Amino acid sequence: MVLKTTIKGFTTAVKGLLLTVKHLFGARQSRGELDIRRSDYFDKQEGIVTVQFPKEKMPLPEVARYQLDVEIDDCIVCDLCAKACPVDCINIEAVKSPEAIGKTSDGSVKRLYAAQFDIDMAKCMYCGLCTVVCPTECITMTNQYDRSTTKLTDLIYGFSEMSDAEVATRKAEWTQFQAEKEAAKKK
Amino acid sequence: MEELLIHIIVPIAIFGFVALFTLFAVYAERKIAGFVQDRLGPMETGKYGMLQTIADILKLLQKELITPKVADRILFATAPVLIFVAVFIGFSVVPWAPDFLPANTHTGLFFLMAVVSIDALGILMAGWGSNNKYSLLGSIRAIAQMVSYEIPVGLSLIAAVMITQTLNLNDIAFNQGILANENIYFLGLWDVSEIGGILAWNIFQAPHLIVVYIIFFIATLAECNRAPFDIPEAESELIGGFHTEYGGIRFAFIFLAEYAMMFLVSILGVTIFLGGWNTPLPNIGVIKMADWTTGLFWGIFWTLSKSLIVVGVQMWIRWTLPRFRADQLMSLCWKIMIPLAFVCMAISALWRILVMV
Repeated sequence: MVLKTTIKGFTTAVKGLLLTVKHLFGARQSRGELDIRRSDYFDKQEGIVTVQFPKEKMPLPEVARYQLDVEIDDCIVCDLCAKACPVDCINIEAVKSPEAIGKTSDGSVKRLYAAQFDIDMAKCMYCGLCTVVCPTECITMTNQYDRSTTKLTDLIYGFSEMSDAEVATRKAEWTQFQAEKEAAKKK
Repeated sequence: MEELLIHIIVPIAIFGFVALFTLFAVYAERKIAGFVQDRLGPMETGKYGMLQTIADILKLLQKELITPKVADRILFATAPVLIFVAVFIGFSVVPWAPDFLPANTHTGLFFLMAVVSIDALGILMAGWGSNNKYSLLGSIRAIAQMVSYEIPVGLSLIAAVMITQTLNLNDIAFNQGILANENIYFLGLWDVSEIGGILAWNIFQAPHLIVVYIIFFIATLAECNRAPFDIPEAESELIGGFHTEYGGIRFAFIFLAEYAMMFLVSILGVTIFLGGWNTPLPNIGVIKMADWTTGLFWGIFWTLSKSLIVVGVQMWIRWTLPRFRADQLMSLCWKIMIPLAFVCMAISALWRILVMV
């Protein structure tokens, strides 16, 4: 009984040793293909599998969902992305404008100023729902995924280009416009 | 004066060699581990990560020596020294080349076995002195294992010594090649005293010594506390085993001792079974390959390369086989290896009487 298990142990150990030595000498080459979309991907998987990350990167598919980017000039501040976000990582503050500000690149009329457009990348779960609902396609997913910071707050990306003073003047403009409208109504 | 100088230089040279070997072996170990698992191993420090172990040792040397509050200070501080010294002294009787060894004593092998077994005491001191349950569990396991495996090691050495008829490691190495003082028979039949090479090695002088060498190799693997017999260290169960509480230079010494022990048992196995400093190339007719490749530097070269190959096999085994359970470890030792070693010892005795005469 003991002898039988010992002999079995030895033969299986030898089998394992042969397997590992095959891998030891197989390590002379790295695997040939990193892009899983290629048809010969699974034929070239012999050898070392390590991808030395910052120096070499895995190829990304076009539909890859990584960090968000906002083209603020195209944004009509409709707040749809913030509503669609399942984790509420988008924080938008709009300031109304008395008249149309301008047009986006696809012809939509902008009527709101984006006083604040913050995306918290630490909260973002990269679902991509915001990019689907955006009417002007100004919020997109990029191929950037390697952003390390030492402060957590650095991961809150602000996309609004308005300064505090500008926001204050726009707010004042709108209150003035409202007041004028009220005054006109009363007459 | 000159003799005194030699007595100082030789230990320093051996220490330097052991330290260099450890640096190299840790790097090799990590690279082999990487390659076996289809990884790259260390790659960042220096080209191909070659400075990795130097960076590691520099980090260890700079670290603060921390002694746990309730530890036994004296035992805790002396244990790493004892562990290392026990292994280090073992190198004093091992031959590197013809008549090139620190101490040529007639009781070399006996001395080596006696000194190296002090290692177990050092491990017990480390585990007990740390006053930590994991350390103590680790050292209990280590002692049980080392004491048990000392027996197959001893028996396999006796089986070999019965054939060689000497405990002097220098003489044992001499009688396995073309410089032998007596006639050597390949498998007890064919006189290969002039041919030498691989045919004259001890494992081929008597065929059962191959089995004895395998027993010796497995048992010394357990003596070194290396995987698959690394239950005293068992990272996944005991954190670090007996060296859990150690840091800095003390840990470096325990580490050094582990790798020195690996090399010591490899070179011992090479000396006794695999021809020591003798060349594996035989004389064939006019092509005197054995004559050409025997000498001081050739001797060092062969000893070193054979030992490093054995160390490589130890590493290969470590990264292949999973750890034994404590009871499996004991049953392998007591139920398989010790009876087998006894049988081999009996065969050696008969071989000596009936074949070698």
